[in-house]
Amino acid sequence: MIYISRRTDAPLKKAVAIKAFAILLSLVVCALVLFVMTRLNPLDIYIAMFKGSLSTQRKFWALLQNTAILLCISLAVTPAFKMKFWNLGAEGQVLIGALVSATFMFYIQDSWPSWLLILVMLVASVAAGLIWAGIPGYFKARFGTNETLFTLMMNYVAIQLVKFCIAVWVPNGSSVMGVLNRQTQCGWIPSLFGQKYLINILIVALLTVLMYIYLKYSKQGYEISVVGESEKTARYIGINVKKVILRTACISGAIGGLAGFLLCAGTGHTVSATLAGGNGFTAVLVSWLAKFNPFGMILTSLLIVFLQKGSGEIAQAFRLSDNISDVTTGIILFFIIGSEFFINYKIHLRRK
Amino acid sequence: MAVPAIELRNITKTFGSVVANDNVSLSVYRGEILALLGENGSGKTTLMNMISGIYHQDSGEIFIDGKEAVINSPKDAFDYKIGMIHQHFKLVDVFTAAENIVLGIRKTLDLAGTKKKIQEICRKYGFEVNPDQKIYDMTVSQKQTVEIVKVLYRGADILILDEPTAVLTPQETDRLFAVLRNMRNDGKAIVIITHKMHEVEALSDRVAVLRKGQFIGTLKTSETDAQEMTNMMVGHQVSLNIERPEPLDPKPRLVVENLTVVDQDGIKKLDNVSFTANSGEILGIAGISGCGQKELLESIAGLQPVESGNIYFIKNDGEREQLIGLEPLKIKELGVALSFVPEDRLGMGLVANMDLVDNMMLRSYTNGKSMFTDRKSPTKLAKQVVDFLEVITPNVFTPVRKLSGGNVQKVLVGREISNAPSVLMTAYATRGLDINSSYTIYDMINMQKDRQVAVLYVGEDLDVLLELCDKVLVLCGGKVSGMVDCRNTDKHTVGALMTRLGGVKA
Repeated sequence: MIYISRRTDAPLKKAVAIKAFAILLSLVVCALVLFVMTRLNPLDIYIAMFKGSLSTQRKFWALLQNTAILLCISLAVTPAFKMKFWNLGAEGQVLIGALVSATFMFYIQDSWPSWLLILVMLVASVAAGLIWAGIPGYFKARFGTNETLFTLMMNYVAIQLVKFCIAVWVPNGSSVMGVLNRQTQCGWIPSLFGQKYLINILIVALLTVLMYIYLKYSKQGYEISVVGESEKTARYIGINVKKVILRTACISGAIGGLAGFLLCAGTGHTVSATLAGGNGFTAVLVSWLAKFNPFGMILTSLLIVFLQKGSGEIAQAFRLSDNISDVTTGIILFFIIGSEFFINYKIHLRRK
Repeated sequence: MAVPAIELRNITKTFGSVVANDNVSLSVYRGEILALLGENGSGKTTLMNMISGIYHQDSGEIFIDGKEAVINSPKDAFDYKIGMIHQHFKLVDVFTAAENIVLGIRKTLDLAGTKKKIQEICRKYGFEVNPDQKIYDMTVSQKQTVEIVKVLYRGADILILDEPTAVLTPQETDRLFAVLRNMRNDGKAIVIITHKMHEVEALSDRVAVLRKGQFIGTLKTSETDAQEMTNMMVGHQVSLNIERPEPLDPKPRLVVENLTVVDQDGIKKLDNVSFTANSGEILGIAGISGCGQKELLESIAGLQPVESGNIYFIKNDGEREQLIGLEPLKIKELGVALSFVPEDRLGMGLVANMDLVDNMMLRSYTNGKSMFTDRKSPTKLAKQVVDFLEVITPNVFTPVRKLSGGNVQKVLVGREISNAPSVLMTAYATRGLDINSSYTIYDMINMQKDRQVAVLYVGEDLDVLLELCDKVLVLCGGKVSGMVDCRNTDKHTVGALMTRLGGVKA
């Protein structure tokens, strides 16, 4: 007879030990699966995995850049999730931010000074993301509509808008938009110390600190926690719940828009319907895994990007199907998430 | 002596580092009513939950009719003919009484046969149940009756009732007790958990006392009195009289005129209610649950849209301020505090996952112009409340959900009083609290009275209402059915007023 009880006191040491054991176990299981399916030496595969993000300087900076973008989107969804406002529309909020940035680059080209264009793009992208999340936020606050479906649907609206704009802008009927302002680099976020992604990374680092302070120490952050934990209590205490919902949804969308700006102005200098690349959903995982702690999210986003990159490298190096990377990433995440159960609960055996 | 129906031997149960039951040995015999007494968190409910299969003991044995029993699930408990009636009813609202009673019994559904059997049980013990009535149409006491019939229907002959009278009027309580006595005379073993001494004296044959998880002893009810039982429970001498100082210089503080409130479904919750609450007085509000007490307090606090009427707050200089239409925060700033303890004790007023400090901050976080929260003064306040009210908690950074019910309430009431309000509204402040904690709360309320606060006290226990309050406003079906002076009224008068109007059946 097995029964389960809640751990009332899980010391940090124990939690870390359980997590570490889970990761170790997941690597063993991955190795077994890979060996059974491919007959390759698992050790070689793991070495390749590290090569995916650490073998060259370029790969290392790409790892940091991708982590920064994923982290930025995760920071976007975090305040909403903390309020139990299930914003599944980060994908669309990022996309609409990028689209607005691209629109400015496309029409202004180099008729404005670059710094002015960048500034305008930044403000406009943030505003676009804000509106994109603000609409479902307003309906939730005013009419109690379901934000999960609403934000999800807004993703598709954003995708179609991007497709429409590309169709209008690209004359030859191609569905791919080229790099904008390639010659003049007007509206491109400049390199710093020779690293073109460094400014992106610094912006996200600053945002991480700000979000941590906002959630933990500001009055608004406190209101978010109260509304998320118990709307009834919030109402009883005199918090204007509708206002908090709308405000938080807007903040969430605005940061999503910022991520879109970083992707367009600071990374690819173009826009496509797959620009967000599922990061809007991965961000949900990153945020939850870190229990909504922005500093924890640095680790979780880094882990996920590292796994993605490493798995891509494996697929390439051993000429395996791309799906093998999904399998390994899946196994590892399964173990990490599953370990939460053992941190929170204890399993006892009882003889009948 | 006969073989006990249940015999517990050296039962120990721990939750993490908390020892809920420590080496408890206890016997219950057929044909007797055993009252289980103890303060909040003394382990009464935990102990009973082990008998009814919700928990399993860490060590010790349970014997049923002299044979060792292994109870791993509520189903096992049923097989041993043990039935427990919990504080919170477990009924499906949209089903009828009969449907709820057969629910979960894996036999061919035979509603006609069930109804016949239900009526037999009712006749035998003196219940009144309409098997075809839907649960949502029932009063609290009717729902409780369904719960009891449910366990009897399943053949239980050992019954455990967890604070069954907390939600009943005196008349309903009398009826329940009559039924329980019939069951005892039929040879059933009955355990009742309660905090109310006069009920223990009126009903039980023996009393078992737990204190801090330990078994203190059993007494014959006929050979003891409330004072001795209380002392055993608390572990030291306690005075059982509620003080009632004379009000000093009462002046009108809150005037309610012709207040009418209609809820979302268009049902009148308050109908033309008028009264005045004076400073330095405690105004009790009595009524069967759902008679508009909640709506009344919420209207005053600005949380409930009002159909018509006036609510005036009278300032010290005599100026009248209309409260209807003001934001809840504005009303709070005027000095009107509301502490409402709901059935689940948390839902309103506290956030379970937050620690004591953050919960203290709920009332004060808007203070000051800074955009950041100030945690220093709430921390200080939390420490004061913990010290003054003897809240049992590891520290002030413990989430409230980890505290026992009584301690949670102390935190809530303590916070509201710390605001130095001029009107204090408190609903069910001692709901489910043990004697010691209840008296602490009564003292706190009396201190507010001395401070010239107008106190509105919504309570369930009429004995307490009549001892503590200066006046009692009785509501029935949303209407005022009487305002009585507590110094010369008895509880049966109030009880009758509670059920006098036709609005709600009792």
